[in-house]
Amino acid sequence: MLEQILHWLKAPGLNHFLILSALLFSMGVYAILTRKNAIMVLMGIELVLNAANINFIAFSRYSTGTLDGQIVAIFVIILAAAEVAIALAIVLNIYQTFNTVNVDEINQLKD
Amino acid sequence: MFSIIFYVFAVITLGAAAIVVFSRNIVHSAFALLFAFFGVAGLYVLLMADFLAITQLMIYVGGILVLLIFGVMLTQRQVDVDIRTGTFQVFPALVIVSALAGTLVGMFWVTNWKISPTAPPETTASKIGELLLTNYLLPFEVASVVLLVALIGAAMIARREKRA
Repeated sequence: MLEQILHWLKAPGLNHFLILSALLFSMGVYAILTRKNAIMVLMGIELVLNAANINFIAFSRYSTGTLDGQIVAIFVIILAAAEVAIALAIVLNIYQTFNTVNVDEINQLKD
Repeated sequence: MFSIIFYVFAVITLGAAAIVVFSRNIVHSAFALLFAFFGVAGLYVLLMADFLAITQLMIYVGGILVLLIFGVMLTQRQVDVDIRTGTFQVFPALVIVSALAGTLVGMFWVTNWKISPTAPPETTASKIGELLLTNYLLPFEVASVVLLVALIGAAMIARREKRA
């Protein structure tokens, strides 16, 4: 068993990238679930999007041999840029209204 | 050689991501996120996605991370010397996340993925440009409109005047 794992570790391939991205995804979800600060939640979302992008590009490299996965990754990056701009504008507005960005203290739709 | 570089970038990415997730200080988290993005860009290079690696550096490190750090600076109370941030629901989140990670890793481990014998082209920038203007023209145009609308909307939301 140990020898098998060592042998598996020697030659990184598709599985290694996929497992790396699974760990990155899990850490991002952990940040989203546990952090109180809204900006930390956004950082968790960025980690999750990066994990998804690693998957797309790994499959593009190893499974298809075409560039379609990379194109999808470009669209993910574009949408991540739009998402973080909007989200930070909302967070700044929330801070002006409630004087805090802790998601567990913001429990009203208006002040 | 490939495996050494892979493990270096994997350790950089996962270690920096762990600092992002577990650090109490939000400024430390923001700077660790920089190294996580760099590590991911290195992985893109290993996957022969050179254009994507440069895009990752320019948009994530140059744009998104700077925006996030601006957000950190603008939303901390000036009276607070302490910039620590708290956590909540730690125990249920740990249970859910370890179940999720176990399921994903197990699935990736046991599945017999299809491996293509043909590698993608060595230089990707010109091929990506061709694809964006042929097969993916409609999503490309829609994405540009989405980006324009999102940025105008963000400026409107952030600059809204306080009504009396």
